[in-house]
Amino acid sequence: MLFTSYSFILFLLVVFILYYCIPKIYRWVLLLLASYFFYAQAGASLLMFLLGTTISTYIVSMQILRLSNIQKAYIAENKAILDKTAKKEYKAKIKKKQWRWLLVCLFFNFGILAIFKYTNFAIDNVNNLIAVFGGTKQFSFLDLVLPMGISFYMFQTMGYIIDVYRGTAKVERNIGKLALFVSFFPQLIQGPISRYNDLSRTLFEPHAFDSSNVWFGFQRILWGFFKKLVIADRILPAVNTIIQAPEEYQGAYVLAGMVFYAIQLFADFTGGIDIVIGIGQIFGIEIAENFNRPYFSKNITEYWRRWHITMGTWFKDYLFYPISICKPMRKLSKWSRNHLGEALGRKLPVYISTLVVWFVTGLWHGASWNFITWGVLNGVIILISGECAPLYKWFHKRFHVENKLWYAAFQILRTFLLMSSLRLLDCYRDVGTSFKMFGTLFSNWNYEVFFNGSMLKLGISVADYIVVLLGVLLLLFVSLRQRKGSVRQQIAAKPIAINFMVVYLLLMAIIILGAYGIGYDASQFIYNQF
Amino acid sequence: MEDLLEILEELHADVDFENCETLIDSAILDSFDIVTLIAEVDSVFDVAIPAEEIIPENFNSAKALYSLIQRLDEE
Repeated sequence: MLFTSYSFILFLLVVFILYYCIPKIYRWVLLLLASYFFYAQAGASLLMFLLGTTISTYIVSMQILRLSNIQKAYIAENKAILDKTAKKEYKAKIKKKQWRWLLVCLFFNFGILAIFKYTNFAIDNVNNLIAVFGGTKQFSFLDLVLPMGISFYMFQTMGYIIDVYRGTAKVERNIGKLALFVSFFPQLIQGPISRYNDLSRTLFEPHAFDSSNVWFGFQRILWGFFKKLVIADRILPAVNTIIQAPEEYQGAYVLAGMVFYAIQLFADFTGGIDIVIGIGQIFGIEIAENFNRPYFSKNITEYWRRWHITMGTWFKDYLFYPISICKPMRKLSKWSRNHLGEALGRKLPVYISTLVVWFVTGLWHGASWNFITWGVLNGVIILISGECAPLYKWFHKRFHVENKLWYAAFQILRTFLLMSSLRLLDCYRDVGTSFKMFGTLFSNWNYEVFFNGSMLKLGISVADYIVVLLGVLLLLFVSLRQRKGSVRQQIAAKPIAINFMVVYLLLMAIIILGAYGIGYDASQFIYNQF
Repeated sequence: MEDLLEILEELHADVDFENCETLIDSAILDSFDIVTLIAEVDSVFDVAIPAEEIIPENFNSAKALYSLIQRLDEE
C-alpha cells in the first residue's frame, strides 16, 4: 500500500476517524492493529518477520531487566560486606551475562536481515570468484524476497535493545507497546529510524483531539505529496531515460542526470518523510526529523549531519563510537603512537572506524558493489577533507573569503556536485559504468545538448520542465523561510483566509500538477526498497 | 582539570574551553575530536569512557567532561 495510493488515503482516513472515536487509553492499540493491517497488505506471511523481531527483542529485554534486578537486590542485601572492588566485580559479571543476551538478539535479528538481503549477493560473488579461477561450478540464487522496510524497523529495534543493555532506555514491559514501537505504520517502510526514548514519549500517550496538531499535520502531509507527486515523479522519466542507456546518454546528459536525480531523490525522500511526520502529528505523535536543509551544506561532513539524520546518528552511536573506543582500538592507538608516531597513532582509530562505518552504510543501502563503493568513497572523502581542514583554514584566512556570500555559494555548489557525482553509483548498473559515465563529463564535450532541444527528448515535456522548475523554486523559497523557524507557524500567524488559501493552492497544485491518475503509475518511494 | 584543559586546547587552540558550554551544540567538537579526546582521557586519567556516556550533556563543556571523568573514576 503506497502512501500515494487511494487505498492508503482511505486507510488513513478510517484510522484517523476511529482513533478519535474510541476511548483515549485504547488509541495506541488501534495504531498497533492498523500497523499490522498495513504491513499485511504487502503479504500476510511478512508479519512473522515483525513478530520475530518483536518477540526476540522482548524476551532479551526482559532477561536484561531480570539480571539488573538480581544485581540491585544482591548489592542491597550485601551492602555491608561488599567493598568497592567486590561490587565492581559483581557488576562486571552481570554485565557479561547481559552482553551475551544482547549478542543473541543482535545475531538473530541481523542474521535474518543478512540472509534475506545479502545471500544472493554473496552467491553472486562466490560464482564470480569461481569463474575467475577457471571453475565451472555455479551456485543457484535463492528465491528470497526482502521483507518491506526490514532495514528500517530492524535498525530501530536493535537501537532499542542496545539502549536497554546500556541502561539508557527503560525496558518496555508491555509487549503490545513494544510491537507498536517496532511496527508503527507511517515510519515502518522508510524511516526515520527513531529512538525509543524519543518516540515512546508520545507514541503511547492517550492523546486528545488537538485541532492545531491535526491542521499542521495535514499541511505537512500535503507538502510531502507535493514534493513526491509534483516534483519527484514528474522528473523521474528523464532520470530513467538517461541512466538506462549509458551508451547513448553521456557527457552533458550525465550532468543533467546527476542534477535531475538530486532533485528527484531529495523530493522523494524528504517528501516521504514529510508524509510520515505529518501522519504522526495528526495522531499527536512526534516523529524525529530526518533532514535539515541538506543541500545548503558547505562540506560533505556537514551534509551527512543534515541528510538522513537518524541513520547517521544510528551509525555514529551504535557503530562508530563503539569501534573507535573499544579496548583493541585503544591498544592499537597506543601501539601506533609508539611505533608510527604521535599524529598517526591518534588518528588511526578514527580512520579505521570511519571506513568500517561507511562500508556498512553502503551495505545497508543495498547488496551491491555500487553501494559499497559509494559508502567507502564517502568515508575516504570525509577523511581527506578532515586532513585538509588546516589547509582550508589557512586559505580562508589568507584570502579573507570566510564570510563572503559568493564563497559560501561556491562551497554549497561544490558540495552539491560532489554528492551528486557520488550518487552516480546509485544510478548506473555497475561500478565500472558509473566511473565511465563520470569520466564522460570531461571527455564527451557535448554541452550543446542543453540548447538544441535534445533535453526535450528525455521523456518529459516543456510543461514538465516548467512544473519541476516552479516546484524547485518553491522548495528553495520554503528552505530559505525555514531559517526563520517553522514555515507552518509563519503561515499560521497570518490571517485565517491566507491559511486556507495556502492549503487550497497546495491541494490544487497536487491535483492539477501531480504525476498520477489513470495510466500514470505513481512510483514507489526510493527508500522503500532499502 | 588543568590536564583536561591541556588536552582540549591541543585539539582546538582557538577555543575558550574554560567558559564554553556548547562544545557539542555549537559543533565545536565533532565525532573525530571526541574519539581523540576519549583516547587522551584514557591515557592521562586512566579512565575509559564507555559509548553510552557519549551524550551532549557530558561533552558540552570542560566542566561536564571533568565531572564525568571523576564519576567514572569513582565507580
